[in-house]
Amino acid sequence: MLAKRIIPCLDIKDGRTVKGINFVGLKDAGDPVELAKAYAEQGADELVFLDITATHEKRKTLLDMVEKVAKVLTIPFTVGGGISSCEDVAQILKAGADKIAINSSAVRRPELITELANRFGSQCVVVAVDARETNENWEVYLNGGRIPTGIKLIDWLKEAEKRGAGEILFTSMNHDGTKNGFANKALAEISEMINIPLIASGGAGEMRHFADAFTEGKADAALAASVFHYKEIEIPELKTFLEKNQIPVRI
Amino acid sequence: MLMKKQNIVIIDYEAGNLQSVKYALERLGVNAEVSNCEKTIRQADKVIFPGVGEAAWAMKKLRETGLDQLIPQLKQPVLGICLGMQLMCARSEEGDTKGLGLFPVDALKFPAEDKVPHMGWNQIKQLKGKLFEGIKAESYVYFVHSYYVPLNAYTRAETDYIKAFSASLQKDNFYACQFHPEKSGDIGQAILKNFIKL
Repeated sequence: MLAKRIIPCLDIKDGRTVKGINFVGLKDAGDPVELAKAYAEQGADELVFLDITATHEKRKTLLDMVEKVAKVLTIPFTVGGGISSCEDVAQILKAGADKIAINSSAVRRPELITELANRFGSQCVVVAVDARETNENWEVYLNGGRIPTGIKLIDWLKEAEKRGAGEILFTSMNHDGTKNGFANKALAEISEMINIPLIASGGAGEMRHFADAFTEGKADAALAASVFHYKEIEIPELKTFLEKNQIPVRI
Repeated sequence: MLMKKQNIVIIDYEAGNLQSVKYALERLGVNAEVSNCEKTIRQADKVIFPGVGEAAWAMKKLRETGLDQLIPQLKQPVLGICLGMQLMCARSEEGDTKGLGLFPVDALKFPAEDKVPHMGWNQIKQLKGKLFEGIKAESYVYFVHSYYVPLNAYTRAETDYIKAFSASLQKDNFYACQFHPEKSGDIGQAILKNFIKL
């Protein structure tokens, strides 16, 4: 049976992992290469590296970090942040990443999704979306949640899928950093509407939240950062917990 | 130490993540050369035929370089991975593409009964042959694909997603995995090691 994936996210700034609370108040949480290796050994199914300052400061993701990670890691990993062209993607994939995640650049120029899917295949194109709910309307935000777009979340996800996205990484800004659980209602609606895998992001605080994201939220994978970095949740324990709750996981 | 002396060539046809395969072999202590040179490929002890991307585009690349003629002639063990495995079949529904014809079956599009691509960790079972020596049935390996090869006489491992399909094929010196051993953790490393030991 296809397993539900547990994905630690390593937010990268200046070559170090950090995690913000609601995207502000950054703390250093370690060396990405060492963390990546440790997570793979603990049973993480995949890793995501997001250069969270890249778009904002117009910095490119550090290719040498990608290469170092690719050399030690035996599981797939995705790199995002500051990617806005086929050339950016070619370099990151060549350095050894399996997938890339695009966010703001795809909203600004949706053709980018089509171009990447045609050149590299949909399987390596993850469209990441930051959205906030106000009065039951989900709106897409840009630049790590700094800029509202006026675009409806559902409309954007449908377009992303149509243009060849291979996977959606959905972060609820209402839930991110709260540790009160994922945006399960929205996740379930998205998961039923699109026919590509959905990664839940934002809100993990305890093991039960992951189970809920898979059952109530119908997500295919769940991503979290600080609960893993600060060892509030250990991946082997989490997977045992999920298995006991009849959720298929790779142990 | 014996493994280090092997001359392994990863076929370069501009399709996908060759580097991952090279790194996976390096982790096993084996240096591999990435090449599209006929002589280099012919002289290799083992050949790996990877592939990520679109079938019609990939076959076009193979034809341009004459690799479509070379690969079926190889006598040493050859391991096709993912798209590499699908291209080793007679035909793929992806772009209605004629393949290398090493396995007399077609790669078909998954029906849209569940999410496509089939992406993530899934279990392999009914394991047969040297590639899976020491590998336990129900082990998890990593898949990313939208087309599948049905079960057939050359199936050496099965997986279930929407339907049961071939996770691995073998005929004579031609081996193939639909999953990515280079990205399948310790299990994948063990499968690659089995290939190196052939």
